[in-house]
Amino acid sequence: MTGLEIKNLSVNIHDKEIIKNFSLKVPKGEIHAVMGPNGTGKSTLSYSIMGHPAYHPTQGEILLNDQIINDWSPDQRSQAGLFLAMQYPVAVPGVSVANFLRTAMNIRRKAANPSDKGIPIPEFRKILKEKMAYLKMDPSFSSRYLNDGFSGGEKKRAEVLQMAMLKPEIAILDEIDSGLDIDALRIVAEGINTLAQENQMGILIITHYQRLLDYIKPDVVHIMMDGHIVLSGKSELALELEEKGYDWIRQEQPLP
Amino acid sequence: MEKSQDIQLKGIGDSDYQYGFQDPDVSVFKTREGLDEDVVRQISAMKGEPEWMLDYRLKGLKHFQQRPMPSWGPDLSDLDLDHLIYYVRPSEKSEKSWDEVPDTIKNTFDKLGIPEAEQKFLAGVGAQYESEMVYHSIQEHLEKMGVIFLSIEDGLRQYPDLFRKYFGTVVPFTDNKFAALNSAVWSGGSFVYIPKGVHVDLPLQAYFRLNIANIGQFERSLIIADEGSQVHYVEGCTAPQYTTNSFHSGVIEIIVGKNARVRYSTIQNWSTNVYNLVTQRAKVFENGTMEWVDSNLGSKITMKYPSCYLMEEGAHGEILSMAFAGKGQIQDAGSKMVHFAPNTSSKVTSKSISKNGGRSSYRGLVKIMPKAVNAKANVVCDALILHGQSQSDTYPTMEIDQQKVSVGHEASVSKIGEEQLFYLMSRGLSEEDATTMVVSGFIEPLVKELPMEYAVEMNRLIQIQMTGAVG
Ligand SMILES: Nc1ncnc2c1ncn2[C@@H]1O[C@H](COP(=O)(O)OP(=O)(O)OP(=O)(O)O)[C@@H](O)[C@H]1O
Ligand SMILES: [Mg+2]
Repeated sequence: MTGLEIKNLSVNIHDKEIIKNFSLKVPKGEIHAVMGPNGTGKSTLSYSIMGHPAYHPTQGEILLNDQIINDWSPDQRSQAGLFLAMQYPVAVPGVSVANFLRTAMNIRRKAANPSDKGIPIPEFRKILKEKMAYLKMDPSFSSRYLNDGFSGGEKKRAEVLQMAMLKPEIAILDEIDSGLDIDALRIVAEGINTLAQENQMGILIITHYQRLLDYIKPDVVHIMMDGHIVLSGKSELALELEEKGYDWIRQEQPLP
Repeated sequence: MEKSQDIQLKGIGDSDYQYGFQDPDVSVFKTREGLDEDVVRQISAMKGEPEWMLDYRLKGLKHFQQRPMPSWGPDLSDLDLDHLIYYVRPSEKSEKSWDEVPDTIKNTFDKLGIPEAEQKFLAGVGAQYESEMVYHSIQEHLEKMGVIFLSIEDGLRQYPDLFRKYFGTVVPFTDNKFAALNSAVWSGGSFVYIPKGVHVDLPLQAYFRLNIANIGQFERSLIIADEGSQVHYVEGCTAPQYTTNSFHSGVIEIIVGKNARVRYSTIQNWSTNVYNLVTQRAKVFENGTMEWVDSNLGSKITMKYPSCYLMEEGAHGEILSMAFAGKGQIQDAGSKMVHFAPNTSSKVTSKSISKNGGRSSYRGLVKIMPKAVNAKANVVCDALILHGQSQSDTYPTMEIDQQKVSVGHEASVSKIGEEQLFYLMSRGLSEEDATTMVVSGFIEPLVKELPMEYAVEMNRLIQIQMTGAVG
């Protein structure tokens, strides 16, 4: 299958099992939403998929386009088409957004074609300007230091900007809606939709709020509790959840 | 805007130290190994100096011999001062045209890109090879405006009064053991005078090259910026890698006149067998501004504390320093700000990086004299450690003899965070690229103060330093 597949994944943090026998398929071109209470392990899952060294699986497999990537470093995963928009993006003082993006793009071009000379600066500027315009970002933003002193909403937009520039095949968006104001939410969501269509992207969207899913229509909604998926359904499931909270699932789904 | 952050990671994978090539010894004269009065007399005679200078040298020598090695800093016990050669004359004289410079030497500077840089973006260039300046030239229009940019020897010959008025007034030979040594055996360096109100827009650059092993280079520069003038002087240094050590011990004296502005930038990239012990100081007069932009990447041991003596009201001093200590290197860098007058201000920003067991330290002094009412001083030291076994220390000293002042000091030490690396790697950067990027960001406040060409060069040097830093 082209896309992301997670098979029976378990992940420990400090000897405590956080992800428990988790399985999920996100084929290219599909949008999957994962919802679940705080502390359930959603971010842990996203880190494990991206290859964070502290979140190594104790069992199971992560596959990207049918290849097992458990032992790949984060940069290998990224270059293979995986992207993670983080819940808490990290600041890199002294490195401008533009410089960072150009470096990242050049490294990827070079990996694809060792004789690549790097993206010409005018071309880079043009693409950056275009992407920033449709995310309604002020042009001066590109000369700010990456995530350094960014507001919550700015960080999220910057994550989407990176995704737009790097064009992944599979993107995991961990609470991309948190911190966005009402207008920004719509703008960012539209941006994500456009990218998804343009690139036939597969998306795993982690959120607490049904509202985001009004804008980005998921093919499947999964409910995650205590480290694994307890229920999957159509987008209506999100509405139901919004109405009833998690307790009804806890009652209906006896925890393992 | 993005210029100074232009990180093209192409430097990665280059050989470790690309300036390590060595040329044959083409010198026309050398003093014998070791140092005594005869050697000093010989150097002075070679230069055909006036009597007062010989006397000065001999006083310097005496002081050097009497003064103990400094014991408060890095261990200098491997520095074999008895077997060094203190003076090596590479060619007959300092030329104004590259065509006159002997081929071997000219080729070296070609390889280092100096003549090319001169044509592109410099107002003047001086090039020192071993003990002498072999080339010194300045744009004609500046010369016509009265700007003087000569080898220090030509300065002494052609402008004896101006020279004598200032020489040794900023850094006396009694200042420290190595200033005394330099006063005894100095050779090469620049003599710079910027007349009243003249702004030299492009940088003047001096380039220092040590070629043969086991020698000492003792350049001496004197820069005088008259009232309301402005100048930016840039110094660069490289040497081949030998198994025996070489020694570089310069003295830089700068006079910043009323309302004048001087910036002195150093990109020190000596090979890791060079001891680099330098004294550089500026005296800053009414409302003048002195800025030291000091970056130390190379050398075995560097001890260097650029300083500003803020002599008159409104004088301002800044030091922006960066030290990068790799395997086996000690960078003992710092600053010294002395406030003598009211309303003087100083600002120190120090960035140090240690990797693979290297040690970098910040050693600094802020001194506020009784008359310095309303003085302001601020010191910020940030250290970044790339590996556990590396080390970074801070030794700040504050001596404050006046109540009405504002003095601030902040220090931070950080390790490159796993989260930062993961974040960057999740965008496709290798661990090495990611580390390099964090380091480049860390020193960005300094790099952005350099002219674009140097900023690019600096980023490239950092990338070379970072090659193999991971693992
Ligand atoms: N580095 C860590 N050290 C200690 N505990 C951790 C670490 N990372 C995650 N955890 C714990 O693992 C559990 C799952 O955390 P995770 O961040 O994955 O939850 P989440 O589902 O993303 O929650 P939220 O909805 O609040 O973002 C929590 O109990 C959390 O405290
Ligand atoms: Mg989370």
